[in-house]
Amino acid sequence: MSEMKKIKNLKEFSTSADRFEGANLLCPGCAHSIIVREVLNATNDDLILSASTGCLEVCTAVYPYTSWDASWIHIGFENGSTAVAGAEAMYNALKRKGRLKQPDRNPKFVSFAGDGASYDIGFQWISGCMERGHNIMHIVLDNEVYANTGGQRSSSTPIGSSATTAPAGRVSYGEKKNKKDMVAIMASHNIPYSAQVAPNKWKDMVKKIQHGMAVEGPVFINAVSPCTTEWKFDPKDTMMLTDLATDSLVFPLYEIIDGCELNITYRPKNVLPVEEYLAAQGRFKHLFKDEYKHLIGEWQKRIDANWEYLNRREEARV
Amino acid sequence: MANIGWDEFEIGAMLRTFNGAIEDITGTLQEDRNYSPNSSFTASVADWRIEKPVFNKDYCIDCQFCWVYCPDISIVSRDKKMIGVDMDHCKGCGICVEVCPTNPKSLLMFPEKADEETEIANWPAKEDKEK
Repeated sequence: MSEMKKIKNLKEFSTSADRFEGANLLCPGCAHSIIVREVLNATNDDLILSASTGCLEVCTAVYPYTSWDASWIHIGFENGSTAVAGAEAMYNALKRKGRLKQPDRNPKFVSFAGDGASYDIGFQWISGCMERGHNIMHIVLDNEVYANTGGQRSSSTPIGSSATTAPAGRVSYGEKKNKKDMVAIMASHNIPYSAQVAPNKWKDMVKKIQHGMAVEGPVFINAVSPCTTEWKFDPKDTMMLTDLATDSLVFPLYEIIDGCELNITYRPKNVLPVEEYLAAQGRFKHLFKDEYKHLIGEWQKRIDANWEYLNRREEARV
Repeated sequence: MANIGWDEFEIGAMLRTFNGAIEDITGTLQEDRNYSPNSSFTASVADWRIEKPVFNKDYCIDCQFCWVYCPDISIVSRDKKMIGVDMDHCKGCGICVEVCPTNPKSLLMFPEKADEETEIANWPAKEDKEK
């Protein structure tokens, strides 16, 4: 059993040797690689990784290049999670038969997927992995849209956002349905750990990843990943946007242990109005026109209700 | 790499990042790794940049915010010190400049053609904080 990597502060964290390489083809300012780096640097163990189809996959494995310094596999859109689950099952079988060359190494099985590959297309596969209890971690890079194929709506796209298959205009304000609460769905599989993380809170992120890697059983992580291309903001503002998302409570940071024990891990000192979060992005531009202005109030109400729900769940421990 | 058409690719491809094996990857820094030509580390995206970040060592407090938030692994930190920007992999997004907490900033964006030494010599002075 290998020891957990000790990371007390950012200076210590910065001595990590990266296992994810530059000159990948992700957009300048993409949050995907910030999240991937924080996850990979959180551990010193061997990694067995997979990526479902999405920005991360197409940009880091452009033939003849690979950006990964660990075993990494891509198969299809839906089965990134089952690919590592299969690897984990095989690893356990070989270990049981005593056929591993280095049985003392303790590899971690991690699958990365976008929100399209997790909320929609790979949903059944992930649910299966969680139900069967594989010792894997599934990380969603949630940019709320199918960014790789040109910005179609996914079931993670929030109300009022303009997407290419739900465009805003004279007759519509864009996406009409609310975002799916994936963390709660996954937690109801009674998995040992599920959490929501954001790249700007790197310490919280590293803590959750290390906790997730230490527990036996499936782990689900939902990571906020602002998309400069589809959310329509300047590449340099990625971290500012993530700050707005966590501080306006649009993406509250919390964890659910064993499917019931909910802990809120970050409480912003100054809670910002949701309006600021919406105003920073081009995809919500139309909400500030007179005919759609009422939606901003509804946004605020919904976010407040969700925060109230999380707080009461934390109190009740159910 | 030879110029081959789409129908000449192997159907399932396996790429090796390194020439030979590295026993302890997390203990081997990038300069000590024997990258194979298949690693994207050997490629460059420098031609994506319109503006480049220029690093002024005098004001840096080694907080490492730029290191952790750089999406392209372009901030080189060794022994807890920020030592420079990897210009082969920097795409010029400007996140490092935005997250830099010093006053004046120790990283600033300049046009790609700007001369680094002249810009460091004419670095902007400390700004008064708005009250």
